[in-house]
Amino acid sequence: MVDFSLVKRSPVSLFFEGAKDTFPLVVGAIPFGIIFGTLAETAGLSFHATMGMSLFVFAGASQFVSLSLLASGTASPMIVLTTFVVNLRHMLYGASMVPFYKNLTSLWKMVLAFGLTDETFAVAVSRYNQEDGVQGKHYYNFGSMVFMYLNWNLCTFIGLTAGKAFPEISRWGLDFAMPATFIGIVIPYLVSKPMWASVVTAGTVSILAGGLPHKMGLMLAAIAGVMVGLVCEKVFLENQEKG
Amino acid sequence: MFTAGIQLNEIFMVAGMALVTFVIRYIMFPISGRFTFPKLFERGLRYVPPVVLTAIIVPSVLMPNGGALDLKLNNPYLIGALAACVIGGVFKNLLLTIVLSMVVFLGAQWVFAMG
Repeated sequence: MVDFSLVKRSPVSLFFEGAKDTFPLVVGAIPFGIIFGTLAETAGLSFHATMGMSLFVFAGASQFVSLSLLASGTASPMIVLTTFVVNLRHMLYGASMVPFYKNLTSLWKMVLAFGLTDETFAVAVSRYNQEDGVQGKHYYNFGSMVFMYLNWNLCTFIGLTAGKAFPEISRWGLDFAMPATFIGIVIPYLVSKPMWASVVTAGTVSILAGGLPHKMGLMLAAIAGVMVGLVCEKVFLENQEKG
Repeated sequence: MFTAGIQLNEIFMVAGMALVTFVIRYIMFPISGRFTFPKLFERGLRYVPPVVLTAIIVPSVLMPNGGALDLKLNNPYLIGALAACVIGGVFKNLLLTIVLSMVVFLGAQWVFAMG
């Protein structure tokens, strides 16, 4: 038997393990980042503002939305408000991480919170949930975040540069990289009936509420999915106890 | 004095976006010490990653052009997504799923553009 009660791992090895496990998601983010960079100029965003967005906002979906709003002449306060709504889902990610970050310093919490993208959250939360007694998983989380961050900014830069050389690149439809990556993340979760029910619900609601402004449909779909999952959990659990 | 008005406007926009995004991602940590989440809420959080991602995937695949639902089989996003589901389900390998479904998507897009 292996004693899992206290497993010491060096911060460096955890950092690289996190980066390694994030590699497939980094690959998925490459076309996405390049497209963002190429579209920016067409939308009327300057080179510095585009790099600034990837460096300081670091939230792919909302960065894309801001480009389409800019292109249609939307005022800045409205773009900031839309960013808030589109990124609201990350508050749920923060809530999920609270128990795992509770012994960290405020600086660590701020750094890791800054990097709480869809991809790093998905990778890190599943590592935290492995009950193997490994200490210091925040280094794993950090490794995932740094890899995503460097890649995102490099790809934005490449896109900005390549956009000038190949203006038609934005019409290749490389935006499929994001759904492809997310499908790959979701599939391993689909191991129980409540999980299936919650995902099917979220998908259905996201279509039904797709016409709502500012991507509000996303939050509605997420809330409906979680609620259906919890109800199914209760129903299936009670059935098991009876049977 | 600042003369580059557009430049300044961009700075405000990027700073605003950065601020709201960081506050959203961080806010739960300082406020969580003051109360404990109900057990039901904590159980619900386990559904968050797949549910949120699905709510992003489905509209981008079935409504690729924004408005109308496109369930036709000449929608390359739908073909690519179906391929990703099959490949992911069979091989359980994330990198393979992303790369192969991208190839299927680009192939489908190319074929439909010709036909």
